[in-house]
Amino acid sequence: MVHEILSYEFMRNALLAALLSSVACGIIGSYVVVRRIGFISGGIAHTAFGGIGLGYWLGVNPLLGVIPVSLLAALGIGLLGKKAKVSEDTAIGTFWAAGMAVGVIFIGLTPGYAPNLFSYLFGNILTVPSFDLWMIFLLDAVIVATAFLFQKELLAISFDEEYASVSGVPSTAFYLLLLSLIALTVVVMVRVVGIVMVIALLTVPAAIARRFSRSLPAMMALATVLSLLFSVIGLWLSYLFNLASGATIILVAAAAFLLVQLAGFTRGSAAER
Amino acid sequence: MKEPVVACEGLRVRLGGVDVLRGLTLSVFEGDFIGIVGPNGGGKTTLLRCILGLLRPTEGTIRVFGDPPGASFGRVGYVPQRLFFDRDFPIDVEGLVLMGRLSRKRLLQRYGRDDRRKVDMALETTGLGPIRRRQVGALSGGELQRALIARALVGDPELLLLDEPTASVDPDMKTSIYDLLEGLRGRMTIMLVSHDTGAISRRVTRVACLNCTLDMHEEGSSLPHGTLDDLYRYPVDAIRHNQPVPPARTGD
Repeated sequence: MVHEILSYEFMRNALLAALLSSVACGIIGSYVVVRRIGFISGGIAHTAFGGIGLGYWLGVNPLLGVIPVSLLAALGIGLLGKKAKVSEDTAIGTFWAAGMAVGVIFIGLTPGYAPNLFSYLFGNILTVPSFDLWMIFLLDAVIVATAFLFQKELLAISFDEEYASVSGVPSTAFYLLLLSLIALTVVVMVRVVGIVMVIALLTVPAAIARRFSRSLPAMMALATVLSLLFSVIGLWLSYLFNLASGATIILVAAAAFLLVQLAGFTRGSAAER
Repeated sequence: MKEPVVACEGLRVRLGGVDVLRGLTLSVFEGDFIGIVGPNGGGKTTLLRCILGLLRPTEGTIRVFGDPPGASFGRVGYVPQRLFFDRDFPIDVEGLVLMGRLSRKRLLQRYGRDDRRKVDMALETTGLGPIRRRQVGALSGGELQRALIARALVGDPELLLLDEPTASVDPDMKTSIYDLLEGLRGRMTIMLVSHDTGAISRRVTRVACLNCTLDMHEEGSSLPHGTLDDLYRYPVDAIRHNQPVPPARTGD
């Protein structure tokens, strides 16, 4: 059966997309979890819908619209939260809704029907075209290289931002860099699980990995493996039962999360902690 | 005259419409071990944050090693009062201490063998060698403070700033942390913010009493009995500890 599945090009592309997105989401998701910026990441992802609308309106690949808009959202939310006297969740909420609104307006302005709109919202890993795969690969390379080159600074601002500043690290700049990497990760994952559900795959594998990791690199490696596992299992289940692939992947991840939490809970109460 | 390590002149810091520091002039010289005492809200932490460059004073100037604050980060070590971090953060003591080498590294430069050796030395100094592989979230209050001191020491600072390093530590551990600091005296310039007026007066070379404005006392390595009470204008034991200040020993 494996041979049968792999004989389809769309299946090979799907598995490749799952692998590439898992690498980005394992590395960046770990930062999201330890730095506790899940809600910001959700805001960036939803704002990115404006980019999809922009792409449709301009008549280009919607993913190309997502890149600038999600980067803009990352910088906007980051700077508003840091510099302005606006509480961070207010900034996130505003960007979140405004981005979605811009997307809806642009799609409304675009004559005719917006094809595949559903797949950008909720993902469809079975229909990743080769061009998108190449783009995902390139963004993945940028994300991995940046995270590798600046790992000591990113670790420092994630653990103790004040100390990083005292040590001469431009911590606001690196915080914005981290948010930008999250934005690019969103682009990588749109095809797999869609912008609405990106947040789950960005946080769940890393959150599970943290329970079993003693260092950030170990956490990233485990999160990558878990993300790949959830994607492949989800893909397989959606193939077997003819379900929406993005939603199935998310439900697999959520089920694993619940199981791990329950296991930890029963073990914790047994030890009476 | 020698150039001071830290020179504050006419410092005024206004936060939320209130003067936290006013008219503060202070020079700290090489080899000083200055204890900064004073009531809560007296501006002790604010002063340290200004020296670190985390806070810009409303008026006045600060020079650290002759430069504006924050410019000579490689020469300054900092031990925060409390570390607000995620207890679940996957990092061990060694990893935490290694971050103290950050100030000595350029962008894109990786930690190397030299950095690891410095970490070994700092762990030895602070007595953390046996628990170097322990997760930071599993440390006790005293162990965490020692780890934070090690993180500050690993960068080979010439100036060490400590913000109440014994605030969340039990009495036994307090003594051992003060002993540790005493061992560092002379090797670097130290500014120590503390509520432990008794412990401070016996160990430091000068005492600065900070309550918005500054009173400096540098009559040598010890204070006459009762000095601290006079400075505060009210009994020192009323500030925090419900125990009288032990009489300051003279001549040690």
